[in-house]
Amino acid sequence: MSDPKEAIKERSMVIQKDMLANLFTELSNAKKNGKKVVYTFVPGNLTELILAMDMLPVYPEINALQSGMRKKSGGYIKDAEKLGFSEDVCTYVKCDIGMMLNGNIGPTGEKLPEPDLLLLSYTGCFTFLKWFENLERLYPGVEIAMLHTPYQEDGVITEDQVKYMVKQMQEDVIPKMEKVAGKKLDYSRLEKMLGNAAKAEDLWVKVLETAKNRPSPIDSYFAGVYYMGPLNTAFRGTEEAVLYYEELLKEVTERMNLGLSPVTPEGEMKEEKFRLVVEGPPNWTNFREFWKIFYDMGAVIVASTYTKVGGLYDQGFRHEPGKPLESLAKYCMGCYTNLNLPQRVDLIEHYIKEYKADGFLINSIKSCNSFSAGQLLMMREVEQRCGIPVGFIESDLVDPRYFSYANIKNRLESYFQMLGQRKVILAQEEVSA
Amino acid sequence: MNKYYLGIDLGSTTSKAVIINEQDEIIGRGITNTRANYSVAADIARMEAVYNARFSILKRNLAKEIEAKPQYRKYVADLESVFQYEQFKVRIDKLGDELLKTCYNHFEGERRLIMIDHLRLIRKAIKPKIKYQYIYENLGDKNQFFRDIVSEKYNEEVGKFDISLFEPLMTIWDKSITAAENEVVNFEFESLITQAMDLLKEKYENLPDQSENIPIEADKSFDAEMYLLKGDFKNVSESLRERIDEVANLEFNIENMTGTGYGRALLPFPQECIRSEILCHAFGAHAVFPETRTVLDIGGQDTKAIQVDKYGLVTSFQMNDRCAAGCGRYLGYIADEMSISLNELGPLAMQAEKEVTICSTCTVFAGAELRELTNMGEKRADILGGLHKAIIMRAMSLIARSGGVFNEFTFTGGVARNQAVIKYLAQLVKENYGDNIKINIHTDSIFMGALGGAMFARRNIKADLPNAKKVMA
Repeated sequence: MSDPKEAIKERSMVIQKDMLANLFTELSNAKKNGKKVVYTFVPGNLTELILAMDMLPVYPEINALQSGMRKKSGGYIKDAEKLGFSEDVCTYVKCDIGMMLNGNIGPTGEKLPEPDLLLLSYTGCFTFLKWFENLERLYPGVEIAMLHTPYQEDGVITEDQVKYMVKQMQEDVIPKMEKVAGKKLDYSRLEKMLGNAAKAEDLWVKVLETAKNRPSPIDSYFAGVYYMGPLNTAFRGTEEAVLYYEELLKEVTERMNLGLSPVTPEGEMKEEKFRLVVEGPPNWTNFREFWKIFYDMGAVIVASTYTKVGGLYDQGFRHEPGKPLESLAKYCMGCYTNLNLPQRVDLIEHYIKEYKADGFLINSIKSCNSFSAGQLLMMREVEQRCGIPVGFIESDLVDPRYFSYANIKNRLESYFQMLGQRKVILAQEEVSA
Repeated sequence: MNKYYLGIDLGSTTSKAVIINEQDEIIGRGITNTRANYSVAADIARMEAVYNARFSILKRNLAKEIEAKPQYRKYVADLESVFQYEQFKVRIDKLGDELLKTCYNHFEGERRLIMIDHLRLIRKAIKPKIKYQYIYENLGDKNQFFRDIVSEKYNEEVGKFDISLFEPLMTIWDKSITAAENEVVNFEFESLITQAMDLLKEKYENLPDQSENIPIEADKSFDAEMYLLKGDFKNVSESLRERIDEVANLEFNIENMTGTGYGRALLPFPQECIRSEILCHAFGAHAVFPETRTVLDIGGQDTKAIQVDKYGLVTSFQMNDRCAAGCGRYLGYIADEMSISLNELGPLAMQAEKEVTICSTCTVFAGAELRELTNMGEKRADILGGLHKAIIMRAMSLIARSGGVFNEFTFTGGVARNQAVIKYLAQLVKENYGDNIKINIHTDSIFMGALGGAMFARRNIKADLPNAKKVMA
C-alpha cells in the first residue's frame, strides 16, 4: 500500500488534536508536577470524579486503538503473546500490555505515567476485570477501586440498582480516590463539572441528529468516532469540551444548511447513495481503507451503536448536577454494552426508522464479546422487524492479522450492490402502486 | 441481427463464460481453469463460449434434420469434439515449444540432449493417444482442462523412464506449462472447422467396416449411430457444408457483458459492467428455478448462503470468513492427499457404509486426520463419506446464519457436481428443515454465476424486472 495522502481534516478535528496533545504533555509531566494518574475504561467512566479531584485519566482502550491506527498494535500484540497471552484474548488488552512492555509510549510519542489508581467503574465487560488484574501485576502495589455495575437484565435501571451503586461509590470508590488524590472530593466542583457535561451532551445530541437530514452532513460512525472523543474521555465535564462541541455543531450545521455530504479523508463525499446503521466497533488497524470502501460506494453511516459506548445521550440521559452520584450510577449502567439484547434491537430499530436507513450492517469483532455475543440473533430480529437488507462482516479491533481487505471489500461490494438493486425495485413498485 | 449477452464468472479455481440470447436462453458455455493471469482465463472462457454458441446455433438450425436422422446428430456431435481437438493441437504444439525452450535454458551439453530426446519420446507417445481420445472417445465432452489432460499423460510417460529423469523432467514441465497455458491463441473458427471436417472425413474413411465387428451384440462399444453415419457420410457432410459455413460466418454481436466472481475487479471491463458474484449466482439460480428462495453456492474458496425474493434479488447473504475449509479447494486438497482425481472423490464417498467424524475447520488438519484414520484401519470410502458430510455441516451453519432454508432451495457452484455432497445436503436439509423443501440442482450449476451475469447484462443492469421465464438449458 502506498503512503496515504495527508487526510483532509475539519476544524473541530484540529481543535481536538490540540486538546489531546495538551493532555498527553500534561500526562508526561504528571509525576514531575505531582499529579496523580488514574487508569480507567471508556464505558461507564467517572471522568468528572477524577478531574474534580485534580487527577489525570488514562484510557488504555484509547491507547490501544491509537496504537492500532498508528500500525503499532501488531508488534505489541506479538509481544503480549510471547508473554503467554493466548491468540483469543481481547486484542485491546494485548496491545495495551505490549505497549507497556515497550516503554508505555503514548500516541504522541511521549511516555505515559504509571498509574496511581486503577479505577474499574464498569464491570459489564468481564475482560476489563482481567485486564486490570494484569495491570496490577505490571504495577505491583497500585491502588485499585472497583465499582460493580449491574447489567440491565430486565431492560430497566431500578432504584435499588442506583442505590447499590451510589453506596459503593460513597463507601469504597470515593474514599479510595480521595486517599490517592490526597484530598477530599469537592462536591460543588463535581456538580459544576456535571453541568458542563450536560451542556456538551446536549450539543453532541444535536450533532448526531443532523444525520437525519438528506444528505447527512456527518458520518456517524467513521467521523463519529472522532466526534465522540472529548465526551467519552478526559474532557467530559470541562469547559473545553463544551467549546469543542459548540464549534463542531456550528461546523456541522453549516454543512447541513449548504446541503453538503460528510467530509472524508479524501474530501467531501459527492453523493449520498446509501444510508446505513452500523452495529459494532470499527476496525482500527485499517481504519482509512475500511472507511474508503464505504465512501467510495456513496455509503454514509447515519447512526451507529458504537458511538454510544460512552453513553446513550440521544435517548435522553444527561448527567445531573443536582443528583451527582445517582446520575453517575445511571450513566455507568446506561452505556450501550450494558443493555440487554432486546434493548439493543429496539435501539437499532429506532435508529433505522428515525434516520431512514436503507440498510443495517454488523461489523462483528473477533476480540469483543461484549459487542459480538448475540449479534446474529440481533441481525435476524432487525431484518424481520424492519424488512431492510442486513449485512454481516467480521474483523478485529487492533489485530492486523484479522483484517482481510479483499474479503471485506468483496462482501461490502456485494452488500452495496444488493442495496442498489433493492432501491431500483422499491422505486418501481412505488411507481406502479 | 440477433443480439447476445455475455457473463463471465472469474472464480478462484475455474473461470466460466455464458452467452445468452434475447430470450435469456443459454446458447454458449465456456470453462477453463483460472490462472495467475485472470484476463487470459477470461479470454479463453469467452472464446470457448463463443465456439460453443456457434455449435448451439448450428444444432438449432438443424433441429429438424437432427430429429429425423440420427446420423446428422452424430455428425455434429463428432464435429464438435474434433473441433476441440483442433484447438488442443495448437495448444499442445505451443507447449512442445515451451518445453524445449525451458530445456535449453536449464540444461547444457549431454544432459540437454538426453532431456530433448526424452521430451520427443513423450510428445510422440501422448499426441496420438489424446487425438484418439478426442476422435473416438469424446474426450471433448468431459469438460477437462488442457492442463489436466496433458499433465496426466505427461506424468504417465515420465513414470516409464528411469527415476533419475523424474525430477528434471518435472521441473521442465512446471516451468513450461504456465507459459503455454497463459498464451492467448486466437483461433480462426472457419479454418479450424474446415480442418475438423477433414479430420472427421479421415475418421470415417478409415473406420473398419461394420462386418468386421462381429458379433455386434458382444461389442459394448458398438456405436450404431457411428455406422449409420459411416454409410451416409458423404451425403451428410456435403449437405451440411453450407449450414456450417453459415454459422462459421455468423457475426457474433455481444451487445453487453457483465463480469463477476472473485477476480472481477481485474477484468478489463468498465466499472458498471462488474457485479458481485453473490447477486449473479442468485439471479442465475432463480432464472433457472424461478421458485428459488434460498441458494447455496459452494465454489473453490467461497461458500455462500443467499436468500432471494420473488424477483431473484438478494435479500441477505452469508459467506465463509477467514477460512475456506469446506469449499472446492478443500476437496481438491483431499483428492491430492489420497492420490485420486477430484472426479473420483464423490463416487468413492457414495460407497461409504458409515461416516467417520472428521473436523472440517481446517483443510490441512483434515489431511492429517485422513492419514491418521487410514492408519487406524478406517475404509477410504467411509472417511470420504465423513469428509463430504463435514462440508455440508459447515454449509448448514452458514445457511442458518443467513436465515435458514426456504422453499425452493437451489444448490449451485462447482461442488454441486459431486454426488456425495448432494446426498448429504439432501439428508441434512431434511433433518433440519423437514420434508417439504424442494432441492434443485442443475447440470449447469457451475455456470449459474456467469448466467446471472449475462442476464444482468441483458437487462443493462438497471431497471427491467426479471420475468419468471424458464431458461432453456
